[in-house]
Order: sequence, then structure tokens, then C-alpha cells
Amino acid sequence: MTGPDFYRRDRSAHPPAYAPGYKSSVLRAPFRPLHSLEQTSLERSGPALGHAPLGPLDHDLIRNAAVDGDALGERIYVFGQVLDENARPVPNALIEVWQANAAGRYAHVKDGYLAPLDPNFSGCGRCVSDAEGRYLFRTIKPGPYPWPNNGSDWRPAHIHLSIFGEAFTQRLVTQLYFEGDPLIPLCPIVNTIPDATVIERLVARLDMRNQEPFDCLAYRFDIVLRGRRQTHFETRPEGA
Amino acid sequence: MREKLFETPSQTAGPYVHIGTAPQSIGRPGLVGQPGPVIASDTGPAITVEGIVLDGAGAPVRDAMLEIWQADGAGRVGPHGLFARAVAAFDSGVFRFQTVKPGIHAKGHAPHIALLIFARGINIHLHTRIYFPEDRELIASDPDFARLSPEARDTLVATPGEGGNYRFDVHLQGPQETVFFDI
Ligand SMILES: [Fe+3]
Repeated sequence: MTGPDFYRRDRSAHPPAYAPGYKSSVLRAPFRPLHSLEQTSLERSGPALGHAPLGPLDHDLIRNAAVDGDALGERIYVFGQVLDENARPVPNALIEVWQANAAGRYAHVKDGYLAPLDPNFSGCGRCVSDAEGRYLFRTIKPGPYPWPNNGSDWRPAHIHLSIFGEAFTQRLVTQLYFEGDPLIPLCPIVNTIPDATVIERLVARLDMRNQEPFDCLAYRFDIVLRGRRQTHFETRPEGA
Repeated sequence: MREKLFETPSQTAGPYVHIGTAPQSIGRPGLVGQPGPVIASDTGPAITVEGIVLDGAGAPVRDAMLEIWQADGAGRVGPHGLFARAVAAFDSGVFRFQTVKPGIHAKGHAPHIALLIFARGINIHLHTRIYFPEDRELIASDPDFARLSPEARDTLVATPGEGGNYRFDVHLQGPQETVFFDI
């Protein structure tokens, strides 16, 4: 039993493959149109990665790579709800995250930015949504960083997310940004999305009510994955 | 009746995708249960699939992350489905999966592996399929193939090697451009 089909992906609400303002996309964008296929039981099911037990600190990037103290930076929770397009919670969604440290440097062999590494921070974490689709991780707010694109462009502060819902069709990799960041509208990667109202869906909102007093700020970011077509359609007579 | 929500938009995985999805590939301890490139299953013949993702200039995409999802050797999906994740080698760009030959999970469809490709410069992941050269007859009658040109079909069929090894290169652009699906 793999359930009804999922809605087709609304490609107009995603960045196109070819977005020349983001130079790396120029040679990596397919030019032929995508080929539409019917979904089968393979696409309607998926790996149950969100059912396996996680390590106790996997969701806590402030501590999960700590050697001799907490990671440096602005302490934050990132939390929200994973929903499908029908506004139903998605439980057991696996959310993997990666990010730069507070200075904007990645703990990655290929990142040569001059900002310092933090020996107590790896920038790798993951969490699973609960029965109501709620998820939470704790981290430090990443710093912006420069990258070669049009000379030195700057990435706004962002966290990369990889999400597995219940089906392979729902697979999604994206990035979240932080409310109020002046670099958001300047970023060529953000602007691969041509529509400002769509970009807003990637902006985490400061949520003072969910802060940890004298400890952590909180940002809310809800995630929407593809939903299944409703099983009971209102059937209309032919020609109506 | 609730209004339909909008799917969260995609953004590129970027060049540092390894940190969150394949930390062992950058010399960091992996996380418990994290998927790697090897599937252990005794449901079918063991196979390897290796290849390179190539850009429009023919250069290897050395920062790609790839995922496969397939039926097991008996053609079962759902909880029996098999998943793996690999990253391109930093030097050569080669990725390599160890798995089993999938069975038929949907009547009339040739056995295949679903392949997703994520990388810097790829704004929304690409979805293609790996079919097997020995299944030529099944492929010929597969309805998903019927609507593709012969050249397009060829991009989806792996090249045989020795002893259950297959080669599957992905061409992101150009005259040999791989067929990518919207499913
Ligand atoms: Fe980044």
C-alpha cells in the first residue's frame, strides 16, 4: 500500500535550472524540458530514514562537535512544523542540516575563506519531526560569507536543509534565511527564485515567545512538502 | 476544506553538502545510521553502478551528491525499498554505488533505479533513472520509454562491465543530455 499520487510539483514556485545570475548554474542546467511520468509505487514510497534512532546530540550543533566548550556565536533554536500541501503534519521527517560557523566559515576541506574555524563546531546536525510534524534544532546563527560569482558576492546567513518525508517524491533540499538580513535581496542564489513572494517562504521568523530566556533566541521555519491528491474528489458529470 | 499550501522552494545544495549529508567523505565521523553508498541486501544479484556527472563543458562535477531509491531484488518497494547515497570523488568526480539488481515493482515496467542528483549550480535536484542493458525486451515494451526518442532512451541505459558492474554517466547538458523526469 503506497497510497494515492502526489500533486505534481509546481515548478513555477521553484528556481529554474538555468539562472545566469548564479554562474554555477550556467553549465549545470539541463536545456531540454523535463519529461513527465506517472508516479508508481516506487515514487509514492520512500526510505524510512526518520524512523531510525538519532544520537542524543544530533539536533544540538552547539554541543555535538564540542571539544572544550560550546560553539561560539549567537545561540538560536530553529524550529517549526513539517506539513504537506494539504496542511497535514508530516511525522518522522528526517531533516539534515549543515551551515557555516558564526564567522561564516565552513568546517570543510574546500572552504578557504580567511575567517577562523571554531574547534567546537562542525556545522552538521539532524533531527526528526514528531507526531505533529514539529521539529527543533539548536545551533549558532551562521555568519555571512563571500564567494566568487560576480567578483565577491556575499551569501546572507543561511542554513542548508535536506528533508525526507514519507515518499521519494517529497525529497527536498533547500536553504533557510533569517528575517531582516539585508543580504537576502542581494544574493544571486536567493534570486534564482524570480518571485519575491516565493523567496519569503525561505525566511525564518524571529519568535520571541519561544526564546530560552537568558540563553537562546528562536527562529520559526515551517516546511511544506508535496501532498497527496485527495482520494475523494467531487465528481462532476461530463460537460458540467 | 483547507487551502492547499505551497511547497517550500528548493535551493542548491551548494559545494559543502558533504558536511550535512556525507561527513565521512570529508574526514569527519559519520552519524549513526547515516546512509552511505553501499546497500547490503540478499534479495538479488549484487551489482555496482559507477559513473561521473558531467557539465556542459564535459568537466566532471566533483561536488555532486547522489541518491538512489529502488525496489529490492524481489521487486518490493515501501519498507523493502533500498536507498543509498554517494558523493563524487573530489579528484575524479566518480561516484559508486553497491546494491542489488532491482526486481520489477510495477507490471509492464522494466527494472530500474531512481537517481537524484544534487550539486552546486543545480537549483532543484534532478531526477533520472538507471535501466539495465540486459533488459532490452522489457525496456522495449515499457510505457515510460514509448514516448522517448531512441537517443533519449539510450541516456537511461547503463553500460555493462564485468561481473555485475555497470557504468552510468550523467550528462547535465549538451548533445548527450540525460533525460530528467518530473514525477
Ligand atoms: Fe552555504
